[in-house]
Amino acid sequence: MPEFIVPPAIVMLLGALLLALARPGLRPVIALATPLATLYAVWQVADGIQLTAPFLGYELQLVEGDALRRLFATVFSLMAFGGALFALRQARWQELAAAMAYAAGAIGVSFAGDLIVMFVFWELMALFSTVVIWCGGTEGARRAGIRYAILHLLGGIVLKIGIEGVMMHTGSIEIRALTLAGFDTWMILAGVLLNAAAPPVSAWIADAYPESSPAGGVFLSAFTTKTAVLALILLFPGTQLLVWVGLWMVFYGILYALLENDLRRILAYSIVNQVGFMVVGVGIGTEMALNGAAAHAFTHIFYKGLLFMSAGAVLHQTGRRKCSELGGLYRSMPLTTACAIVGALSISAFPLTSGFVSKSMISAGAAGEHLQVLYFLLMAASAGVFLHAGIKFPWFVFFQKDSGLRPADPPLNMRLAMVLLAALCILIGVFPGTLYALLPYPVAYVPYTGAHVLSQLQLLLFAGLAFFLMLPLMRRTPTVTLDFDWFWRVALLRVARALLAAGEAMRGAAARTLAAASAWLSLRFGALFGTGGVFSRSWAIGTTALWLALLLTVYVLLHYL
Amino acid sequence: MKSRWLDRPGSLRRVTVAAVVALALVVAAQLVVPVYGHFAPEAWFGFAAAYGFLACVGMVLVARLMGLLLKRPDDYYGGSDDA
Repeated sequence: MPEFIVPPAIVMLLGALLLALARPGLRPVIALATPLATLYAVWQVADGIQLTAPFLGYELQLVEGDALRRLFATVFSLMAFGGALFALRQARWQELAAAMAYAAGAIGVSFAGDLIVMFVFWELMALFSTVVIWCGGTEGARRAGIRYAILHLLGGIVLKIGIEGVMMHTGSIEIRALTLAGFDTWMILAGVLLNAAAPPVSAWIADAYPESSPAGGVFLSAFTTKTAVLALILLFPGTQLLVWVGLWMVFYGILYALLENDLRRILAYSIVNQVGFMVVGVGIGTEMALNGAAAHAFTHIFYKGLLFMSAGAVLHQTGRRKCSELGGLYRSMPLTTACAIVGALSISAFPLTSGFVSKSMISAGAAGEHLQVLYFLLMAASAGVFLHAGIKFPWFVFFQKDSGLRPADPPLNMRLAMVLLAALCILIGVFPGTLYALLPYPVAYVPYTGAHVLSQLQLLLFAGLAFFLMLPLMRRTPTVTLDFDWFWRVALLRVARALLAAGEAMRGAAARTLAAASAWLSLRFGALFGTGGVFSRSWAIGTTALWLALLLTVYVLLHYL
Repeated sequence: MKSRWLDRPGSLRRVTVAAVVALALVVAAQLVVPVYGHFAPEAWFGFAAAYGFLACVGMVLVARLMGLLLKRPDDYYGGSDDA
């Protein structure tokens, strides 16, 4: 019997509640203390099922620990701390509280021992991430938040249908590796993949995240997609379909980011790209590849958070978010520039940064299974990451042309948060052993060999050369790029409008027909019953008798026939 | 605002020269440090450099083509959202 433990998600949730109730002066303390208290609780969770509760005849497993779950919960707690530090003086307390509740959802999913608990925390994330988006405070944020909420609640229903199917057909609510054998498991996969921003529902991420506040984007970049990766590792390891889904996401992210002008949308597309790498890893499904997916999720949360922070800092200081309106900011924002470059090098997997020690594990996983084509596609994609995020983001914002803007570096708490995450990115890159010790499977992988470092440097530096040679082709245009969401944002709307118009036309036609028919009827009735009509005329007795005789004859004839 | 090193005349030239030297060095280094990967082509001289360069050129061109088909003005969804 396990001793009593406090579920880490509940610690975070209580913190969110306290944040809402506390005096304004106490809020910064609570916002910073809550993630740290949660982190402590995370590390108190031992392996195995730790806490259960009866519910509807099921014994719910509220908290189940293992290395993988602790890894994700750790990085979620740390990111909640970094995000809170970044948001401390700028975000409203409602936003901070919502972000904490959102993080609580992610941590709850991390430790969920069964599908019901997972679903409950899954929906908690959907609700509070929507609130975080709404805290962007603009009309665009309101609309994007509604679209986001509709999609994610729909995804939640799909997931729930799948979970209930599995419960009914197997009698088990256990979280374990499933096979795509029937409707139920397909529905679960679809529900999880929606949160991973897999095709064809990738567009929500670039639609909603960039509308959030400067700090909101930092929180949003961390939780939803990475809990989906964790769920995929737990539920669908080695599902071959995921290799193809992941590859699509990897290249989708690169190509759409290349076309994008809004700097936080570039980063949002690049989340899809990075999650694609993780999904490929889950699809390969070997210990090496799963380790790689988990490690990459861990490092990704820090460098993507860092990139969103630097983009948020620029937005906070200038109010602008378009590449075409920015440029040359390194002059007045040196620290932000440096931190953005650290984030950009990390996402590109430069040696000595965190991305280098995690992404290559996924490639090594592909190589271990002799998947040569996949291996070289991932290599091309690595070059593409440098292209769309590694150079493009810092170049267009901080260098490029002189936009004439001279914003200062952001306030102290924002600077501290950026420095903290930048330090983590480099620390993990220099001491990969610390990360490898947290991974679910033992790591025999050595990232730093002369061959690996050199070939990675060649790959990235020549990708950089391609960027600068092709610069004329990359000129930013004030455009959006159509995606699958066109089908429901435009086509569906057009169909609905056409149906409405058709209905209107039919109603008009029916009304006209009815009017014409009633006019005709009243005319006929008038002719028959009106003055001088057949039925209102007075008939001579003889005519009547004749008609009666005729009718009787017909009757008799019919009778004998 | 004090002037930044990068803004001074000649700095950009120096950066460019340094970049070209770095490019040459990482390829030349392959003569000293043998590169072997998981698959045979990785050991070819300058393979990663050529592959990275060509892959990026390819992706930029594909993105360009997609742009022709899929790009719309910024306010494309602006009017169509309200039913």
